Amino acid sequence: MFQVRIHGRGGQGVVTAAEMLSVAAFLEGQHAQAFPSFGSERTGAPVVAFCRIDDREIRLREPVLEPDALIIQDPTLLHQVDVFGGLARDGYVLINTSRTFEALGVGEFARSLRAERLCTVPATEVALQHVGRPLPNAALLGGFAALAGRISLDSVAAAIREKFDGKVAEGNVAAAREAYAIVRGALRETCHAEAD
Amino acid sequence: MLKQIEGSRAVAEAVALCRPEVICAYPISPQTHIVEGLGEMVKGGELEGCEFINVESEFAAMSVAIGASAAGARAYTATASQGLLYMAEAVFNASGLGLPIVMTVANRAIGAPINIWNDHTDAMSQRDCGWIQLFAEDNQEALDLHIQAFRLGEELSLPVMVCMDGFILTHAYERVDVPTQEQVDAWLPAFEPRQVLDPAEPVSIGAMVGPEAFMEVRYLAHAKQMRALELIPGWAEEFRTAFGRESGGLLRSYRTEDADTVVVALGSVLGTIKDTVDEMRRDGAKIGVLGITCFRPWPLAAVRAALARAKRVVVIEKALAVGLGGIVSSNVRTSFTGSPDAVHAVIAGLGGRSITRASLARVFAAAMGGKLEPLTFLDLDRALVERALAREREQRRSGPIAENMLRDVGVVAAGPA
Repeated sequence: MFQVRIHGRGGQGVVTAAEMLSVAAFLEGQHAQAFPSFGSERTGAPVVAFCRIDDREIRLREPVLEPDALIIQDPTLLHQVDVFGGLARDGYVLINTSRTFEALGVGEFARSLRAERLCTVPATEVALQHVGRPLPNAALLGGFAALAGRISLDSVAAAIREKFDGKVAEGNVAAAREAYAIVRGALRETCHAEAD
Repeated sequence: MLKQIEGSRAVAEAVALCRPEVICAYPISPQTHIVEGLGEMVKGGELEGCEFINVESEFAAMSVAIGASAAGARAYTATASQGLLYMAEAVFNASGLGLPIVMTVANRAIGAPINIWNDHTDAMSQRDCGWIQLFAEDNQEALDLHIQAFRLGEELSLPVMVCMDGFILTHAYERVDVPTQEQVDAWLPAFEPRQVLDPAEPVSIGAMVGPEAFMEVRYLAHAKQMRALELIPGWAEEFRTAFGRESGGLLRSYRTEDADTVVVALGSVLGTIKDTVDEMRRDGAKIGVLGITCFRPWPLAAVRAALARAKRVVVIEKALAVGLGGIVSSNVRTSFTGSPDAVHAVIAGLGGRSITRASLARVFAAAMGGKLEPLTFLDLDRALVERALAREREQRRSGPIAENMLRDVGVVAAGPA
């Protein structure tokens, strides 16, 4: 079972992101379960949502306590909420930011993880450019497809089109594609750096 | 057709496939996406021959359902939590009148303190109201139970409550197989009411009944529920043949063949329990699970047979009978031939507290080691309780309990002393 935890703030589409991720996995024939953490739903309040992916039926209903991957939609949460809690040593981390892990003040923690499984992507800027609103969720799923390779970009695009219609859907798909390309490029650089 | 959708959406689609004629709902909290989805289907013309009525309260919702059902219409509503309590008087009327309304209860806690999250207190508060109560383990079963509920209720002229865990199921996206209209039409016959308010053939429904016959009316309601115990297993089998999957029935045993310890529960927590039991089985523990799907009527004989081999029973229950302890466990004790002390009540998940594998494994291990009390509270923060009690000892005007506890755990900032 592959478990993803998504952190963000109310209004950033955190729950929708988990739902779209589950749809993408479903479209690839996987079993998937997405659900929100049940906190107060207020704009700006820290929000968590979960997605489990497996090749068999998922019965477990506890929150994701030991994630294989983290998607962090708002970097201001890094020093406010225990976002890294329970993360597997070989886990994936994708953060919505234009800064580096070092600049965000989590450089030391990042060095304890596998470099090729960590990435940042300025998803809010990408979303503003393609959707016109600061909703980074779809873009981050595109980036996540590139980072973890667990779901394809095409499935992410299909999931976005299930959730949204028309121009909003196409804008979000474009944002996902751009974030995918950014993460692919960043990962190539990481690999080269390691090879050097 | 396989779909990856929200639990509420899955139930809305199932209810629509049952061709309801009247859906009435109070659209404001506590409500689910179920009636929202159905409202859209009626307005969009996908659900034909159905009137959607927005009412001013849950009391009105059930009252309208009663009127609709008495007029011979297939009637549906949904609610949860405080909403169920607010309609309680009409809930009793629906069963007392023998009207086969189907209602989803998206199980949630009851205040005070205010809490919107999942537990079973709402449904358990109505357990003796005369409705059949079915509990869904996952969203597929929630979907399927609604199709079964209309047939069961209409066959017996009894209302049916389909209980599904609020948030945990209603808000979860998972894979469900939504049947076709043809499949549902073939399985669910048209509603043939036993009583109809019809101007052409006037009758009274709801007359006053004195001591001369009141007891007999109540007895008949009980006898009909006993009849449900006979019908449900056969229909679950029929459903399996028609739809190709197991859903419903009275109860389901999991790995109990050689189990000394059997864990009993209702609803979505069964999944987490089964995963925990699988892990403990790998270490050689002889432990199994009994999931109760039909809570009312209580399947006394079936539970007794399922527990015949068990040396001890651990009941994980999401409601508390204050002053007694467990509700489900009290029912289980009536079906257990061993010592009543061997049935342990574990109150868990109240107000949405997570029920984790780690905590369950600890409790199950304690039970197998003979160290589990007859009544325990899973993951209770005893220090928090002790500090509240200390405050009460220290001063008479110790203040509001809930607010004091929130301040103590640091959820709200400390105000002036």
